[in-house]
Amino acid sequence: MELQAEIDGETLIITASGRRIDAAGAIDFKDEMRKLTEFGPDKVALNLASVEFVDSSGLGAVVASMKQLPAGKTLSLLDLTPTVAKVFRLTRMDSVFEIRKSGEIDWDAWVNAS
Amino acid sequence: MHRDSQLNASYERKTEADTNLEHNLELRLIFRSEPLAVRRALECILSDLGHLDMALEDCGAVELVLAEVMNNIVEHAYVGDRSGVIELHISGANHGLFCTVIDDGLPMPDGNPPMGKKYDLYCPRKDLPEGGFGWALIRELVQELGYERVGNRNYLTFLLNVERAILTS
Repeated sequence: MELQAEIDGETLIITASGRRIDAAGAIDFKDEMRKLTEFGPDKVALNLASVEFVDSSGLGAVVASMKQLPAGKTLSLLDLTPTVAKVFRLTRMDSVFEIRKSGEIDWDAWVNAS
Repeated sequence: MHRDSQLNASYERKTEADTNLEHNLELRLIFRSEPLAVRRALECILSDLGHLDMALEDCGAVELVLAEVMNNIVEHAYVGDRSGVIELHISGANHGLFCTVIDDGLPMPDGNPPMGKKYDLYCPRKDLPEGGFGWALIRELVQELGYERVGNRNYLTFLLNVERAILTS
């Protein structure tokens, strides 16, 4: 799983370029996320548009990525594919993460800024 | 005894399938119980099932269930230094895919597949669960879940309902 990070305004956007986050890649994913989110903006967004498959180990790694964030940082998820969205829905993890499409306005940030 | 009845059941399905080409599907895979081997097996299965024109959503459910079942075998049945193989049979059934997954690892706890955990997710971030979702997902997505321990082997059987274009046309 390759992760690319870029800073867009006040948000660190991490884009996953692999097709899957599964049991075979969960630990690497979590470690890579820790390195990328250790410093930088408090708002972190993980773009999963290219990820077609997440199993429960992969889901656990995404949850762990949020739990290991330094205090005060938040993680939101962008552009879930249908199968990945289903895993989040069935486990009700969609209630834990802010999930949105990358084109949508982040109203919280807009309200906070104004 | 139980094993025979299971094998007979899948044989009957095969016979039925032979008489109707639309239903003719039989897939068998044997591979090492390792995470990367599971990933390769899934790629192989999904590729083989490609000609069925399954809905995207069904493909996702099939891959997810098989991944969870096999990951559980890797992590729990062959826990620690144990190693072995996983054998997977998939055959076309009237309402989907009938699957049998066999391993020589430890038996299921309490002799049954776990029910799946229900988590309270309204908790501090640090208390959120990072695992234990597998059986809840499996039970949500399969029908006719069966489990038998025969000798030193586990036999897990289930039906995956899929809306196959070929079968419904």
